[in-house]
Amino acid sequence: MPHDHHEHDHEHDHEHSELDDNELRVRALESVLTEKGYIDPAALDVLIDTYQTRIGPRNGARVVARAWVDAAYQKRLLGDATAAIAELGYCGRQGEHMIAVANTPLLHNIVVCTLCSCYPWPVLGLPPTWYKSAPYRSRVVRDPRGVLADFGVRLPANTEIRVWDSTAEVRYLVVPQRPAGTEALGEEALAQLVTRDSMIGTGLAGMTAPVP
Amino acid sequence: MSYMTHADVGGRAGFGAVTPEPEGELFHAAWEPRALALTLAMGATGSWNIDASRAARETLPNYAGLSYYEIWLGALEKLLGERGLVAADELAAGHALRPATPLTRVLKADQVATALAKGSPTERAAVAPARFAVGQRVRTQADPALHHTRLPGYFRGKNGRIERVLGAHVFADAHARGLGEAPHWLYTVVFDATELWGAGADLALRVSFDAWEPYLQAA
Repeated sequence: MPHDHHEHDHEHDHEHSELDDNELRVRALESVLTEKGYIDPAALDVLIDTYQTRIGPRNGARVVARAWVDAAYQKRLLGDATAAIAELGYCGRQGEHMIAVANTPLLHNIVVCTLCSCYPWPVLGLPPTWYKSAPYRSRVVRDPRGVLADFGVRLPANTEIRVWDSTAEVRYLVVPQRPAGTEALGEEALAQLVTRDSMIGTGLAGMTAPVP
Repeated sequence: MSYMTHADVGGRAGFGAVTPEPEGELFHAAWEPRALALTLAMGATGSWNIDASRAARETLPNYAGLSYYEIWLGALEKLLGERGLVAADELAAGHALRPATPLTRVLKADQVATALAKGSPTERAAVAPARFAVGQRVRTQADPALHHTRLPGYFRGKNGRIERVLGAHVFADAHARGLGEAPHWLYTVVFDATELWGAGADLALRVSFDAWEPYLQAA
């Protein structure tokens, strides 16, 4: 695709030096590790491509949509999430031990890792920046309704909130409530309503967070 | 020297609002995916385990001022240095200046899919019966650990209830320090917000974490 290079070059000048520092540092590291034979540079490309194109929140959306349309699957998912998620072909790194928790009108689940950034990679891919940041990690365990407001979500005052701090190697997937009025939709159309944030608990299915 | 983590931020005030981010926005600079891949590829060599990685990250002195991938990069350089795999002068030169140390394995491109699909399960055979049962009241350890731990500060010395028994798992506190897997029973323990945050807390909020048995005593 053609780009307007003049505009881009101008914008990049401002960020030049800081980007360069990390860029040069990573290049130096990659060169040393390659020369020593510790890494296969081709493996890096496969790793990056995997998380850019194959492992992301659309995987989790398919799991949730299946649970919405198939009561037996939902039961398996809530009983043994690791096995039920593997039925759809998703497993492995950072999803070895999965638990799925379902939202109801009376209970809203939210997932966090206050100590680092533990996140269910096979179903949600790489975590968003805010999930890894101090504002989210510090506040969601104490003032989850305040955090939800940052995402434009307001819950009834009598809805209980449950926050899951993923401190060990168990990873949590929130099964959001199926939006009202979607009875006629098929599984694929339903999956499109399942946002990443709704599977972390900072959003609701069918709703997109306000862009800052 | 005492152990100092900079990552244990649960409940701390003053970090400000959370900034949502669109779903497709994975990286914010060209070096970030390379830093991610280098970290995963070196992790796959088995030169250290994930708990040692977390310890290396959370003890970076400038942790609070670094972006996520800067933390990963800093910890990767630190681990490579500590294990004698890459020295500081080699990083500065951008070239190997010394012979390589033999590694247990190297992740090849055609092994990536299999390695990711396999992951690193942490559940192990239990060596003793579980001390606690679902519904039982427990109290968490009050003293701060002098090493890497997965007991967040805001849960220390608090009363909660066992909600789920998760099996015996590799114990992060021992694993991070090179003391072996030392598997212990792992439990989901749930707490009322008032126990964690006092009388003014949200009455309709409960918070849980996954606790290894050594963190807990009967209440």
